Amino acid sequence: MSSNKECQDSGDKNATPRRPARRRFLQSAAAAATVGAAPHLRAQDQSPSAPPAQARDAVPPRPVTLTINGRAYALRLEPRVTLLDALREYAGLMGTKKGCDRGQCGACTVLADGRRINSCLTLAVMHEGEHITTVEGLAANGALSPMQRAFIEHDAFQCGYCTPGQLCSATALLSEFRDGAASTVTADVRRRPAQFSDDEIRERMSGNICRCGAYANIVAAVRAVHEGGSQSGSAASDGNGTGNA
Amino acid sequence: MDAISYERAGDIAGAVRAVQQPGAVFIGGGTNLLDLMKGGVTRPGRLIDITHIRGLDTITTLPDGGIRIGALVRNSDAANHALVREQYPLLSQAFLAGASAQLRNMATVGGNLLQRTRCGYFYDTAFTQCNKRTPGSGCAALDGHNRTHAILGASAQCIAVNPSDMSVALAALDAVVRVSGPAGERTIAFADFHRLPGDRPELDTTLQPGELITAVDLPPALFSARSHYLKVRDRASYAFALVSVAAALQMDGERVKTARIALGGVAHKPWRASAAEQMLDGRPLTQATLRDAAAAALRDARPQHDNRFKVQLAQRAIVRAVNQAAGRAGGVA
Repeated sequence: MSSNKECQDSGDKNATPRRPARRRFLQSAAAAATVGAAPHLRAQDQSPSAPPAQARDAVPPRPVTLTINGRAYALRLEPRVTLLDALREYAGLMGTKKGCDRGQCGACTVLADGRRINSCLTLAVMHEGEHITTVEGLAANGALSPMQRAFIEHDAFQCGYCTPGQLCSATALLSEFRDGAASTVTADVRRRPAQFSDDEIRERMSGNICRCGAYANIVAAVRAVHEGGSQSGSAASDGNGTGNA
Repeated sequence: MDAISYERAGDIAGAVRAVQQPGAVFIGGGTNLLDLMKGGVTRPGRLIDITHIRGLDTITTLPDGGIRIGALVRNSDAANHALVREQYPLLSQAFLAGASAQLRNMATVGGNLLQRTRCGYFYDTAFTQCNKRTPGSGCAALDGHNRTHAILGASAQCIAVNPSDMSVALAALDAVVRVSGPAGERTIAFADFHRLPGDRPELDTTLQPGELITAVDLPPALFSARSHYLKVRDRASYAFALVSVAAALQMDGERVKTARIALGGVAHKPWRASAAEQMLDGRPLTQATLRDAAAAALRDARPQHDNRFKVQLAQRAIVRAVNQAAGRAGGVA
């Protein structure tokens, strides 16, 4: 929800870079490297792969309809398929990343009805009827969201693998803070947190790990969007963003 | 992950019925269960999804002035509910000290009560010895790395600790767990809900087979003005407690009217420090009294070879948490 709002608010200063080619290349490369079809196409008529010797018989896939980035996806999924695997392997949305797959790194963070969750630790079948937003859904009408633009302006990533999760998490963080949500560094939970301090940002982003160590610039990007600096397209930046961190 | 079958329960009775099937377990937020399933630690054959049962995701006021927290309330919603923040800030703090924002958005209150231990030997099936995972197999932690393990109430069969922050606050607040099962409804006093390991470390709680947690009740708020949850961990955020303290006070001038102290990270269950409470009740809150009370809380501690530090850490954490609850800055014994 919040992401939609921010998308509508976004200006035209930084139009979406024309870079879908890389993803298409990777997808077609993956399809070429595997046997015959892209992973997400296999879902439609798959015969389940052989279970480990001691595992039980496979449970047949069932129809599961997920609403992702405003579009309905009619999938056939085994109950054990996580939301993360459904997004990547069945809906073909590779933006959401699989890091640890155990809820520890945050790379798989998506929004479910506007709330950030780890898509690796939940089953897709449990999310029918919800609105899922992935990193692909943050931009609207070809314009990056303020948070996406701020990440670019503040150089808030190096390798970029954790970035989709960081973006979804940071997007939800701002609406949580606007709603008055407390955190463990809030001095008195009986009151609204007064200041959007760097400590508050770090604590609220602690579920997203960045092995490149871009944390200082991530904090700067989140702060910039909160202060509205990014929307004017003139966020204070000394070139690598560390001046704000 | 093993193949699993899945069904959605429509109501409490349906859920209780469905979970009687062989290999069936409830799934709520799934943050612990799916993690355990991916690791092969837990291998249920059927999941009964309780998250669509209506009426279990609200927080309401009780006639006696307390509150009822539905079992399906997400940890983040409970932490930020106005009633909890204003009347039970200790509980709000404990919720917010746990996990990450994403996990708190997923995890339910009922599920948090059932968190399994984070003992590495329980989690890693490469270790064949774990009485909690495989009863009778032994305990690899006794001679292994046991820096994070129990110092109170452990047994020769298991030295694991309960990882929940929420439960430490609920122990201090004298919560009551409401459950529904094949034999009907019942309530369980919080002190009786989690177990010590004894000879049956595979059992974390006193829940009976087929019972579903429906709510947690809190008595009327007595400690809104003076409470503090202190969590000591290896990093500033997103880590389990080495030691945590839930401290709550009612004061009568300089004198302690009622003290409540519970410890996390030290035992197989949230550890109510009754000996320390008794030493504070009715006495002026001096630093000497507080230090003595903290010492009394750890008098029966039996540390392992890697976690002797916890005995002193827990005492210092008690002193600091009680001082902060009283509105005094810090304080180290």
